[in-house]
Amino acid sequence: MNVDGLREMLQSGKSAEELLHSIFDKIERSKLNAFVTLAKESALEEARRADKHGAKGMLGGIPIGIKDSISTKGIQTTCCSKILEGYIPPYDAHVIERLKAEGAIIIGKTNMDEFAMGTSTETSCFGPTRNPWDLNRVPGGSSGGSAAAVAGGEIPLALGSDTGGSVRCPASFCGVVGLKPTYGSVSRYGLIAYANSLEQIGPFAGNVKDVALLLDAISGYDPRDSTSVAKKCEYLKELRDDVSDVKIGVPKEFFGEGIDEKVEKAVWSGITALEDGGASYTEISLPHTKYSLAAYYIIAMSEASSNLARFDGLRYGLRLGKDKDWHTTFSEIKAQGFGEEVKRRILLGTYALSAGYYGKYYLKALKVRTLIKRDFESALKDTNVLITPTMPFPAFKIGEKMGEPLALYLADVNTVPINLAGVPSISVPCGFAGKLPIGMQIIGRHFDEATILRTAYAFERGMT
Amino acid sequence: MKEVIIGLEVHVQLNKLRSKLFCSCSTQYHDSEPDTHTCPVCLGLPGALPVTNGKAVDNAIKVALALNCNIEEWTMFYRKNYYYPDLVKGFQISQYDYPIATNGSISLDTEDGERAIRIKRVHMEEDPGRLVHVGTIDKSKYSLIDYNRSGVALLEVVTEPDLRTPKEARLFLNKLKNILEYLDVFDSSLEGSLRVDANVSIAGGKRAEIKNISSYKGVEKALLFEIVRQNNLVRRGVKVVQETRHFDEVRGITISLRTKEGEEDYRYFPEPDLVPITIRDRVDDIKKTLPELPDAKRQRFALQYGISDNHAKVLISELGLANFFETVATEVDANLSATWIADVLKGELNYRDLDISAFSPAHMVQILQMLKKDTITEKGAVQVIRTLLDEGGTPSEIVKRKGLLKIAADVSENAVFEVLAENPAAVQDYHDGKDEALNFLVGQVMKKTRGRADPRTVSKLLKEKLQNAPDNHREA
Ligand SMILES: [Zn+2]
Repeated sequence: MNVDGLREMLQSGKSAEELLHSIFDKIERSKLNAFVTLAKESALEEARRADKHGAKGMLGGIPIGIKDSISTKGIQTTCCSKILEGYIPPYDAHVIERLKAEGAIIIGKTNMDEFAMGTSTETSCFGPTRNPWDLNRVPGGSSGGSAAAVAGGEIPLALGSDTGGSVRCPASFCGVVGLKPTYGSVSRYGLIAYANSLEQIGPFAGNVKDVALLLDAISGYDPRDSTSVAKKCEYLKELRDDVSDVKIGVPKEFFGEGIDEKVEKAVWSGITALEDGGASYTEISLPHTKYSLAAYYIIAMSEASSNLARFDGLRYGLRLGKDKDWHTTFSEIKAQGFGEEVKRRILLGTYALSAGYYGKYYLKALKVRTLIKRDFESALKDTNVLITPTMPFPAFKIGEKMGEPLALYLADVNTVPINLAGVPSISVPCGFAGKLPIGMQIIGRHFDEATILRTAYAFERGMT
Repeated sequence: MKEVIIGLEVHVQLNKLRSKLFCSCSTQYHDSEPDTHTCPVCLGLPGALPVTNGKAVDNAIKVALALNCNIEEWTMFYRKNYYYPDLVKGFQISQYDYPIATNGSISLDTEDGERAIRIKRVHMEEDPGRLVHVGTIDKSKYSLIDYNRSGVALLEVVTEPDLRTPKEARLFLNKLKNILEYLDVFDSSLEGSLRVDANVSIAGGKRAEIKNISSYKGVEKALLFEIVRQNNLVRRGVKVVQETRHFDEVRGITISLRTKEGEEDYRYFPEPDLVPITIRDRVDDIKKTLPELPDAKRQRFALQYGISDNHAKVLISELGLANFFETVATEVDANLSATWIADVLKGELNYRDLDISAFSPAHMVQILQMLKKDTITEKGAVQVIRTLLDEGGTPSEIVKRKGLLKIAADVSENAVFEVLAENPAAVQDYHDGKDEALNFLVGQVMKKTRGRADPRTVSKLLKEKLQNAPDNHREA
């Protein structure tokens, strides 16, 4: 299911309404649990309007799934947490406004790890999403619902958010394309924050072209986000399958210990394929990579501990129905509303920011972040892109790693440095380990999404 | 009295701005229904992001310049994390390291002369919502929250502990208010526009922090109460503990809210949704827009108009009053203007709880011109002012209607002859050296002319006649 195919279908007589009915049927029969809320009524209304007046915009009549951490006016948005039960945002996120302006039809909200904290979509209060390639395995996290819905053929496009790999990891585990844009290129207005300084909203699709199209639709300046930056180019127009000018850097730190042999092999053959297409590669080093996980988790948890303070059930979300003094009421709502992983991160973040530890942890993490940023800047001076495995191993079994939070944090080792540096990065399918997909990560310079999209596109074309 | 040390943290709403600190919601909420001036940003809804109001930053720089502060190169916002029901995000966007400005001062006219009160820092933050308690804070069964105030730009002015008496604290606040109004960034008449946390300790003991005092008088009262309370404790040999106290305006007492066990931990960290703001490059432009401030105006008034320092002090205490004076002083004698505006008009306004805008400068000019031309007496002028304030009208019409036109000199002279003739005993007393007799005679003339004669002229006339009278007496 891709956008071009759907467009042809719509143009050759199938109505948008019919298309939606078949999509909703499929989702309702699906075993994936990729969607947590369906916006049937509003979606059908949009479809009927498109059928009547003709589809408008670059995504006219095309259905899309939205991660449940992105605010959608009139559609329940919960971050898959009990604490936001029943919360219906009174406003649209910037990206939703853009999608609506381009004619896309929002069909519902996709499953995720609670407040985007996790690597497996198992911490959702709606239960885990299943990997379409093996229903006993996780889809990756935290945007697992979005990736699985695209991989399972339920929808052509979806939005996720990526704080430390949350778009790229599930893209890799589910065998679809997922992009984390440069920090600042997509407005975060309306994205329910987990770790503000790290996260970006990112597109999912079954192919690179559709990812570029979706990025065109959602990126650009938004005065409501102070960190927002004006768009550089039209990404779809920049796509061509020529990589003869591309210099690839292969950072040796990303091919180290703990990496699955099949993953390593698949990614190397990917690099070789690009070389065959005319690209050149050199091995390079990102020396501070080994500190990135520690720095990442301190920054992310610190910001999260502050971001999640507002959820007290006072004006929206979970109510227990028996108010006591506000201290007790807030505590009881938080105790019942937040899941284990979220509580763990709030506590750790609170600790890292508290007097006496701020300098020891938070400030030090910021310093490490600066070093990592410099690593990337200097590595990308002589190269155009860096290529690594997205995840060190393919999708694991549901329940397999839930008991070991620390082991699970280690799975993010290849993705978090990118968020610390703020550079863009895309995951494209590059082979299989048995019947499980493997993802190749292509990292680029700040605001140079065009080059990583082009590299991914050329690679994808060579593969098929 | 043991040595008293007072420091103030003054929260001032920058309420002349049209929008809030981080969103475009209106700040004109005072007469509105609760929660009608809100949006996702100032309600702290999930996903909403703050964007700094550049005008608010400019206003803050303006104030900092007026307080003789050192303006920093750049500034940034932090999150101050704490829980309170009126705090929508569970943190307040405030400043911590890198505030807008530091190290300023306000010169204060205290009982022991001019003294500089040092300003430690000036920083910006967002106002929380407003809690409405049923009854008093310690007795209320529930609270209501109105979020209209949430996100309004606040300026916090923190002093060093340089104040010594509750009266000085009040003087300081008046001076600060005065400066803010000159800068046109602050309207003190709006409810909740100024809130003060006052720190007070005596004799080197632990300090108490009295939170959220919302009136100028309240600050003085709270401090007075607190000093007496601490003194009583010390006299009884009880140690003062460090604590946060609440001032109950109704009962005029402070009550303990919480005892501090070590410093509160706000877990400050840089607000990731806002980028640092360079401010140094704006300072020069803002400096050019600074108006003449109260101290400078006071000096200029004394120099340019040759009026007394005391008069100048009263005249500059309100911008409106100062402007009124200047308008009048360009038309008539400056000293006469200063006296009549500062001493008479201001008193009459205060008595009626009125603002200077209640009186027209043109009317003042007319009154002073009549005085100068001797067409009315001073007493008559006061009556004109009172009538204008109470009933309205124009000075000339009032003079006519109330018969205040000063009596002609020959009429006065006739009255003097009559009085001298009618009171031989008093005349005799005068010649016998009893000076009070003259006052009696003046009084009699005034009575005869129903107050319209000028007492000074009458006195002069009487003396002349009396000097001639003894000769007549001897000849007779
Ligand atoms: Zn607002």
